[in-house]
Amino acid sequence: MPTQAILIAAPGAVRREVARWSVTLKVGSLMLLVIVLAGIFAPLVAPFDPYFQDYDRVLLPPSGTHLFGTDQLGRDLFSRVIYGIRIDLMVGFIITFVPMIYGVAIGALAGYYGGVLDSVLMRLLDTAIAFPFLVLIIVVIAILGPGVQSIYIAVFLVAWTMYARLARAEMLVERSKDYMLAAKTLGYPTSRIIFRHALPNIIGSSVVFSMADFVLNILLLSGLSFLGLGIQPPEPEWGAMVAEGRDFIFENWWICTLPGLAIVVTGTALSLIGDGLARRFGQRHQAIL
Amino acid sequence: MPENHQALLEVRGLVTEFSLEQGTIAANADVHIRVRAGQTLGIVGESGSGKSVLCRAILRLIPSPPGRISAGEILFDGTDLLTLSEAEMRRVRGTRIKMVFQNPMTSLNPVRRIGDQITEGLSVHYGVSKRDARDQGVELLRRVGIPSPESRVREYPHQWSGGMLQRAVIAMAMAGEPQLLLADEPTTALDVTIQDQILALLLELQERTHMAMLLVSHDLAVVAETCDQVAVMYAGRIMESASTKALFDAPMHPYTVGLMNSIPDMGAAAERLVPISGQPPDLLHLAPGCPFAPRCAHASSDCAETPIALNEVAPGHHTACLYPERITRGAP
Repeated sequence: MPTQAILIAAPGAVRREVARWSVTLKVGSLMLLVIVLAGIFAPLVAPFDPYFQDYDRVLLPPSGTHLFGTDQLGRDLFSRVIYGIRIDLMVGFIITFVPMIYGVAIGALAGYYGGVLDSVLMRLLDTAIAFPFLVLIIVVIAILGPGVQSIYIAVFLVAWTMYARLARAEMLVERSKDYMLAAKTLGYPTSRIIFRHALPNIIGSSVVFSMADFVLNILLLSGLSFLGLGIQPPEPEWGAMVAEGRDFIFENWWICTLPGLAIVVTGTALSLIGDGLARRFGQRHQAIL
Repeated sequence: MPENHQALLEVRGLVTEFSLEQGTIAANADVHIRVRAGQTLGIVGESGSGKSVLCRAILRLIPSPPGRISAGEILFDGTDLLTLSEAEMRRVRGTRIKMVFQNPMTSLNPVRRIGDQITEGLSVHYGVSKRDARDQGVELLRRVGIPSPESRVREYPHQWSGGMLQRAVIAMAMAGEPQLLLADEPTTALDVTIQDQILALLLELQERTHMAMLLVSHDLAVVAETCDQVAVMYAGRIMESASTKALFDAPMHPYTVGLMNSIPDMGAAAERLVPISGQPPDLLHLAPGCPFAPRCAHASSDCAETPIALNEVAPGHHTACLYPERITRGAP
């Protein structure tokens, strides 16, 4: 499609088409791709078993054999960081995109129908927002015990609200547009109008937001694990690794720093993608108006 | 056309009301129209006269609340559309009555391919397979005069010009060959040179498929060129309806005369146009009688009091004016 567009479009449009993959978006996507691939092929990338404890080789600084050094139990930190991708990225992905799916759907329905349904859903949203998240997760953990399922439940209860608000706001703008009326005059079922016609037009801001949300959710997971509320040792979770290393931070800096750096790099990649997408969606809207 | 010929669409006594905070207004008050298959009825009137509301009412797409069809019948091919269930009505909308909008730039979804949008109705209402739908989409675009449709079906609306988009919208409406096409100011947003092409296209398609057409316009010239019958609307009411020839030769309502005097006549020597004095009426505060009375040069005191109704003054020529004999064209 882009090549065809370039062939027939005006010069201004050519620049737009080329700019669709901005440098930010390219760099961010490439970084994320490398991280994801490393996570998928962790057994091939990681030189050691992330759980194997070698008491002859504890607290070694980074070297050729142990790229990131070893921790107090003699585990290879590089291997643990690589396996950590699987946990952090996967949990981060689930707690970002599952709430996004139903959050956007709730917002779209509220915005499209308005009236009583809108009021009910928005009051539900206010309640979810008003609840302090840390209290909620501690309650859930008190009931179910620490672990990833507690995080899922607590996050799923509140994380949809932002998506619902974004989608509702965009739907309010979109629903009065001519193409929506046109879809109605063509006799399409309402569900089709909402999810096939309106959704592609209202999803943009949620997708951009989801990238920032993804970063924050990885930080949240690390933070909770750091506090002992999230992923439990010996699982190689980045936040938990930072927490384990904090006793040794003055003599053995790498135990805290390098897993921390993994969080920073992943966050940067996602932020770059978010920025690139924001600009790309912004441009597309300009091109239309 | 014989008088007893069955009309495809007959609207009788339609009243569409909107409740506002300040009160209820009737955007359509006692509207009567008839359209036969293969014929075009032009609806003329200024902004806010209820033309678009009429189109939406026929499709039962009046936003409710605040809108409501409170009286009347909409007989389409013998059935009253107002008695159909929502599912049956959806089927009518998708297959038998289609609509074309004023602004083609906004009536297509900006993020979906044009080809997909044109053929979506075929798959939703007729269960046409994806492959067949694609071929039919290409064929429809070819029929409305889009060059090299095979490659263009994959493009997006922002890549097309307004005139081309209106052709695409018409192609979308023609998918499945509707019996009635509601064209709500289909040429208003387009350049003058394109306007003619679009009107010619609509007439050509009508000839080929023998569909009926309701052409809403505020442009008398457009209506004069394309329509068989004309209805003039003002303040939600039909003021005059007649065959195009009768209406333009011998208008029987002062408002129609006013409209004609306010457009330039290419044949006549340059003279000042005569505007209709005053403002369009406030629908919230209408007198019981003729809504045009306050602006009418011929009005007498009873015009504002006597409720109006369409009277046949010549065969097929109806006017709502109490004193059509006072009218002389050119001197309102």
